[in-house]
Amino acid sequence: MPTLLEVERVSRSFGGVAANVDVSFTVQAGEIVGLIGPNGAGKTTLFNMIAGEIAPQSGVIRLDGAVVCGRGPLAAARAGIARTFQVVRSFDTMTVLENVMVGAFAHAHRTRTAMAEAAAVIGATGLAAHADTPAASLTPPGKRRLEVARALAMRPRLLLLDEMLTGLTPAEAQEGVAMIRALRAQGITILMVEHVMEVLLPLIDRAVVLDLGRVLTVGTPAAVVRDPGVIRAYLGERYAAA
Amino acid sequence: MTPVLLLQVMALGLLTGLVYALVAAGLSLIFGLMDVVNFAHGQFLMLAMYAAFAVHAASGVGVALELPLVVLLLFVLGVATYRGLIARALGVATNRGMVQIFVTFGLGIFLTGAAQFVFGGDFRSIGDGMLANRSLILHGLHLPLAQVAAAVVCLLAFAALALISRTEFGRALAATREDREAVALIGIDRNRIFALGWGLGCAAVGVAGVMLVQFYYVSPNVGADFALIAYVTVALGGFGSLLGALVAGILIGEVEALTALLLEPSLKQVGMFAIYLAVLMLRPRGLFGRL
Amino acid sequence: MAKLPDNAILRRRRRELAAGGAVLLALAVLPLPIADVYTQNLIIMALLFAGLAQAWNILGGYCGQISLGHALYFGIGGYVSTLLFLRAGLPPSLGMFAGGLAAGAAALLVGWPCFRLSGHYYAIATLVVAQIAYLLALNWDFIGGATGLYVPFHAESWGDLAFRTTKRPFHYIALAFAAAAWFAGYLIEGSRWGYAWRAMRDDPVAARSLAVRLLPSKMAAASISGGLAGIGGAIFAQYVGYIDPDSVMSLQLSILIALPAVIGGVGTLWGPLLGAAVQVPISEVSRSWLGGAGRGSDLMIYGALIVTVALLRPAGLASLLRPARRPPPAAEARNANAA
Repeated sequence: MPTLLEVERVSRSFGGVAANVDVSFTVQAGEIVGLIGPNGAGKTTLFNMIAGEIAPQSGVIRLDGAVVCGRGPLAAARAGIARTFQVVRSFDTMTVLENVMVGAFAHAHRTRTAMAEAAAVIGATGLAAHADTPAASLTPPGKRRLEVARALAMRPRLLLLDEMLTGLTPAEAQEGVAMIRALRAQGITILMVEHVMEVLLPLIDRAVVLDLGRVLTVGTPAAVVRDPGVIRAYLGERYAAA
Repeated sequence: MTPVLLLQVMALGLLTGLVYALVAAGLSLIFGLMDVVNFAHGQFLMLAMYAAFAVHAASGVGVALELPLVVLLLFVLGVATYRGLIARALGVATNRGMVQIFVTFGLGIFLTGAAQFVFGGDFRSIGDGMLANRSLILHGLHLPLAQVAAAVVCLLAFAALALISRTEFGRALAATREDREAVALIGIDRNRIFALGWGLGCAAVGVAGVMLVQFYYVSPNVGADFALIAYVTVALGGFGSLLGALVAGILIGEVEALTALLLEPSLKQVGMFAIYLAVLMLRPRGLFGRL
Repeated sequence: MAKLPDNAILRRRRRELAAGGAVLLALAVLPLPIADVYTQNLIIMALLFAGLAQAWNILGGYCGQISLGHALYFGIGGYVSTLLFLRAGLPPSLGMFAGGLAAGAAALLVGWPCFRLSGHYYAIATLVVAQIAYLLALNWDFIGGATGLYVPFHAESWGDLAFRTTKRPFHYIALAFAAAAWFAGYLIEGSRWGYAWRAMRDDPVAARSLAVRLLPSKMAAASISGGLAGIGGAIFAQYVGYIDPDSVMSLQLSILIALPAVIGGVGTLWGPLLGAAVQVPISEVSRSWLGGAGRGSDLMIYGALIVTVALLRPAGLASLLRPARRPPPAAEARNANAA
């Protein structure tokens, strides 16, 4: 598999506090990679650097070999990086179909093309019954689904999911997992940040574990959970107490 | 142009600027608290001026009586406006930002009409007040007593606002501003704070109105000009900043006075608007704005 | 590509186009039985303000940039067409488009710096820019200063948009303007721009993450909005026959341009027309009935009305036309289980 995303020795600090130090990892095309780590590990900062919201102070991020960092979220989006938000953002005065059309307009120029594309994506993400529902009246998990649909309609090369399973009931989370599996079957490359490891591990091909701003380890879920450093840093805080 | 003339103009600019600053402070306080721009602010000022005028005409006692009565009246008016209109406007489901603009704007039109109804359209002024037609002469500068008094009282009102921000109530104000949801948890009644904030903001306008009418005419439309200056002052200083309102008010007063002197009196507002735009291009949130 | 199934958006757009045609037809025959000059004037002003409010709505409603300075574009349109007529002999039927272009360009010039400001800062900046222009116009002798300009009258003609003996042609000019503004709104609602603007208004951060370019989008909305307002200003100048800064560039006018959209429904296709149909007659009638005798009671009624509508129908009168869009109960239940 060719390399799609390369994060190379990226560092960023805020007012002297290092959020990310020398972070490097890659994501292969078609892969699902989980970005995990305890609170304060620097997941959100790294996520926002890939999404273009924050510029790294050193290091570089490449998508398909082209530099995508430090030029703002619009440039990242135009380069083919789509994202969802930790706190859901929907266009509340617009219907579900209209929301998703906004994403489709990233490549479609004609309204009918965008509409057809959006309708297809809505079907694939299980929102078909709500196409004409105002986004404001969707339930929170419905809105998460909408964000994914909107991002997919852009036909992104890389999909970034920001804690999209966090805060859902177990049943809702399982539905979310099923949707992500379906996306993978379509060959979409996903990088997802998640705090809850239990839901994530069965879903991903590889995990990048951050701790205190540095990459602790990168590996398959099975390898990661056996890593002593990971157990100490992340699982430790939970299981040591138990 | 002589240095004395320049000094004279700058001194008057300062005196005027302090009044602008207090008018702006009332607007800024309300905005900082709840993100609401009161587009009836100028009409509140106009009302305060008429009220002072009426008290003067009825009693002839002077500023000492006008000030407490009018400030109380404006305080009550502010609380009533919040309770009756703004609380409702903040509670609407859609278009909240626009609803609050046009509710306060409609209130402004209503108040203009009410003033016309009660007082007629004529220009009025307190010509025979004890501050009228007297000047303070200081190192060759002629400073009209009424304007000096207005500036001093406005400065005192600023000091009072600054003191209030240090009291328990002031801390409650600040807390409400920082986190509207959290204050409910520590037992602060948000609605009460908002209402008091409106009362306080309008009381500040009341002070400014009483002092202004001592040397400036009042008519139903007098509010519009001052309101425009107040919006510019608040945006220049930064919405929600008391210090910003003070600095920007003085700056606006000076720029206005100097433009009138150096360029052309009819362009005096152009100068201050241009400064405002220039500053805003460099600092989109004003000189001291955080919001 | 898969064939597009019929959906609610397409159905709604067909309905709206049909309704637009019907309303246009009704408004075209409306003046025929009306001989009363006062009523004719009322309708013409309502149509003019319907178009102006729709122009404002394109920037303020769809795009969410609350401009309180649209009188600037209105005034530029009026002055440019009048001056071209006066000084260069260009007939206003062409001059009004020149006025629209100038106003659209001015909107771009204003927008470029002001769109960096957000919320109330933007609203107040637009108000101040318009006020500066108003004050400069008062002092600029070339354009007549505070005394204003009279539009020269040669003969009644469509080329000059000049009619003295009858108001009826102006009814159709104002109707054409309002219809053009409405149609612009209709096209925008269905276009890529319209989607981008509404998305940006609801959530700029999310819109940007979907590759919506914020500044160019706002600039596009501003130029269309300002340009239409400019054409409206040129028509107004021809209708009244005289312009001065107070009548075409005042702060009050900026508010009057925005108000019908707010009363009728911001960001809706029918809101501006509906709002103008309510606002213009009420303000005119209360002024002519109460203005003289009642000493301000007209303003009190007008102000109270704005407050009442804003509080009771925050989504505008257009929300009365359409029942609240709510998913059927079954969909609600499924929705609760989704994701």
